[in-house]
Amino acid sequence: MKVYDLSELAVRNLRESILRNSLTTIGISVGVASLVAMLALGIGLQALAARRLQRSGLFDTVVVTSRRDMRNFSREQELSGPSPAESPALDETSRLKISQLPNVVEAFPDIRFATELRYQDKPHLTLVAGLPSSAKDNDAFEGMQGKFFSSDVAPEAILQKKFAEELLGRKALPGTDDTSVAELAQPLLGKELVMRYAERVTQPSQEDAGAHSRPDPGDAAAHADGERGAAYSVISRTQTLKIVGVSDLDPDSMRGMASARVFLPLKLVETLHVLQPSDLRDTTHMAGSTPTYSRVSVRVANPKYVQPVEDTIKKMGFNTFSIVDATRGMRQFFAVLDLFLGIFGSLALAVASIGIVNTLVMAILERRREIGIMKALGASDGDVQKLFFVEAGMMGIFGGIAGVALGWAIGRVINLGANIYLRRQDFPPEQIWSVPWWLVIGAIVFAVLVSLLSGLYPAARAARLDPVQALRYE
Amino acid sequence: MTTAPTCPNPAIAAAVTLNVCRHYHMGQNLIRAVDGVSIEVRSGDFVALLGSSGSGKSSLLNLIAGLDRPTAGTVIVQGNDLAQLSREELAKYRLHTVGMVFQSFNLIPSMTVKENVELPMRFAEIDRSRRDQLSREALERVGLGGRMAHRPSELSGGEQQRASLARALINRPQVLLADEPTGNLDSRTGAEIMKFLREFNQLMGMTIIMVTHERALAEQYAQRMIFLADGKLVANESSQSAVTVAKESAS
Repeated sequence: MKVYDLSELAVRNLRESILRNSLTTIGISVGVASLVAMLALGIGLQALAARRLQRSGLFDTVVVTSRRDMRNFSREQELSGPSPAESPALDETSRLKISQLPNVVEAFPDIRFATELRYQDKPHLTLVAGLPSSAKDNDAFEGMQGKFFSSDVAPEAILQKKFAEELLGRKALPGTDDTSVAELAQPLLGKELVMRYAERVTQPSQEDAGAHSRPDPGDAAAHADGERGAAYSVISRTQTLKIVGVSDLDPDSMRGMASARVFLPLKLVETLHVLQPSDLRDTTHMAGSTPTYSRVSVRVANPKYVQPVEDTIKKMGFNTFSIVDATRGMRQFFAVLDLFLGIFGSLALAVASIGIVNTLVMAILERRREIGIMKALGASDGDVQKLFFVEAGMMGIFGGIAGVALGWAIGRVINLGANIYLRRQDFPPEQIWSVPWWLVIGAIVFAVLVSLLSGLYPAARAARLDPVQALRYE
Repeated sequence: MTTAPTCPNPAIAAAVTLNVCRHYHMGQNLIRAVDGVSIEVRSGDFVALLGSSGSGKSSLLNLIAGLDRPTAGTVIVQGNDLAQLSREELAKYRLHTVGMVFQSFNLIPSMTVKENVELPMRFAEIDRSRRDQLSREALERVGLGGRMAHRPSELSGGEQQRASLARALINRPQVLLADEPTGNLDSRTGAEIMKFLREFNQLMGMTIIMVTHERALAEQYAQRMIFLADGKLVANESSQSAVTVAKESAS
C-alpha cells in the first residue's frame, strides 16, 4: 500500500474510536511533557550556571606569563617547550599576536602595582590594577555604586569597598553586617585621589638618567642595563584621579585584578608606564624600549575554547594558567542531572507506551473482522502490519507535538513561579528553564520511536490474524 | 463417486482441486472439514457448491480463495498452485486473481460505499484518480451510482450485496467466489443478485463458484452443481441431470 493511503486509512481508524485514541495520545503527550519539562529544567539550570560562570570571568580566561618569569616555573613546564632563556618576551608584540588567535576576544596586560594614594592629604598604600573596559559586563561589578569609567583613558578610579572604608576611616565591626556600599559611596563619589607612582622613562643614551626618586630597586636595573645601549630611568610622578565608583566585590573572586583595591582604566594605566617588577627581570637579558608584561589575561569567546587557546599559546613559548576543570566538573554534574531528569521524564512515557500497546491490542480485537475483510480482499500481512504501525506512529506524532507544547507550558509556569520567588528574595529574575530546538525535535522523534516500538507487537499480531477465523463469526 | 473427474486438466481449468483436505483439531477431535475432494471448474463455468451446513462447502471455497491452506492435496487456480505460494504471493493472488462475495456482505461499516469499493485498489496501489474513476464506473454498473457517499448501514441488504459485488470485481479477477450471496436477502433481491452473477458469467466470461444451500437457486442459475456432505464429494452433475442424483443423495 502507498504511504499516502496508509496514512489516510490510519487517520480514519484513529478517528473511528476517537475517545480511546485521544486518551492514549494524551497519555503520550503527558509522558513527553514530563520529559520535556524535566530536561528543559536541567538544560535551563545548566545554561544559568554557565552564564553565571561566564560572567564571573573565571572560566573563559587564560592567564599568560612569560617563561622567563622563573618564579612560576615548574617541573612540568621545564619539560615542555623552550627553555626560559630561549622563550619569547611577553611584550606588546606577543600580546597582539595572542589577541589575534581564533576565538580570542581580547588579550589585555595585567598591570598591577603597589603605590601610594593620597585622599584629603592622608596617604594610603594599596594595590592598584588596570581594568579593561570589558570588565563592565563582569558580574563582579553588578553591585557597584556610581558608574563605570567614562572612557578607557579617563583619569578615574573605582574603589573596592574595603579601601573605601579605609579612606573614610570606618571599620566594620566583626560579626555585624558590612557597611552598605551605597553608604560608603555617597561621600566618596566625585572626590579626588592623588596617586604617586614611579614612571619608567626610556632613555636613548647609555648614561644613567639618575632619576632616583625613591628607594626603588629600579635604579639597580638601570645600571645593569648599560651594555645594550638602551636604558630607562625611573621618575616619580603624580596623577589625580576622580572616584567614579565603589564596588562591593570580593577582591579574591575576580580574574586578573585579584586583591587590588583601586581600579583604573587599563589604557590609562598603560600610558602611565608605571614601573613593573618584570622590568627588573628583563633588564638582565634585554632592555628594549618596549616594556614587557608580567601577565596577560586572555579572554576567549566560550569556556570550551580555553583548552585549544591555551595549547596554542603554550606552543608560542609562554606559560599559561586557566580554571578549566571547574567547568568540566560542572558539565559532568549537569550531564548526570540531565540523565536522571530524563529517566524520570521517560518513566511517564514508558507508562504511556503501555497505553499504546493496550489501545492497539484492543483495536485488533475490535477490528478483527475488518482485518479479515481486508485480508480477503487481498491485503498482505505487510499492509495490515504497516497500517497498525502507522496508527501507532501517528499517535506518537500527535502526542509528541501536544506533549512538547504541554511541557513548554509547564516549564513556563515553573519559571514564572521561580521568578516570583526570586523577586521575593530580592534577586533579579532568571531564566531557569530553556527549551532548545533540538529538545523539541528530539522529544517528538522520541515519542514517535517509543510509539512505533509499542506498535511492534500489536502490528505483528494483527498481521498474523487468520482471515478465516476473523470472518467466521458475525 | 464415479462422477468425479478422474483426471482434471489444470491447463484448461479455472480451478482444480486434487484430493484436497482441510482437517483441524477441536479439542481431542479431528474435524475433517474437507476430506479428499477433487473437483474441476472449467474457465467460464458457473458452478454451485451445494450441501447442508457443515458439509464443508464454505471450507472448500476458502481453500480455493486462498484464505486457508489445505492440510493435504492440491489446489490450482488459474495456474497457481496455492500450496506453493508464500503468504505474500497468496495475498497478491487474492488481490488480483479471485474476487469474493460473502453472505454477510462484509463491507467495512466505517467507510462509504465508494471507499469500500476503492479498498482493493488501495492494496493494488492504483492511482487516486484512476481509483475514483473505476469505482464510480463499477458502482454505476450495479445501479448504485447515487449512493456512493452512503455508509453501508444506510443501504438495504440488496444494495449492500451489489456494492460488495462491485468491490469483488474492481481488480478484474478471473474467478468470482460467492459464499451464500443471497443467504441474507429475500427472494426478490436474491434473484436480483443472481441476475448480476449470471450477467458477469455470460457477458464477461467470468468463472463463478458459488456456495449455496438453496437447490432451486443453483438449478436456475448455475451450469453445474457439486454436492458435498461431511467434507466429501457426493455428486458432480450438470444442473439438469443433477436433479435425480441429488434426490437420491437427499433420501
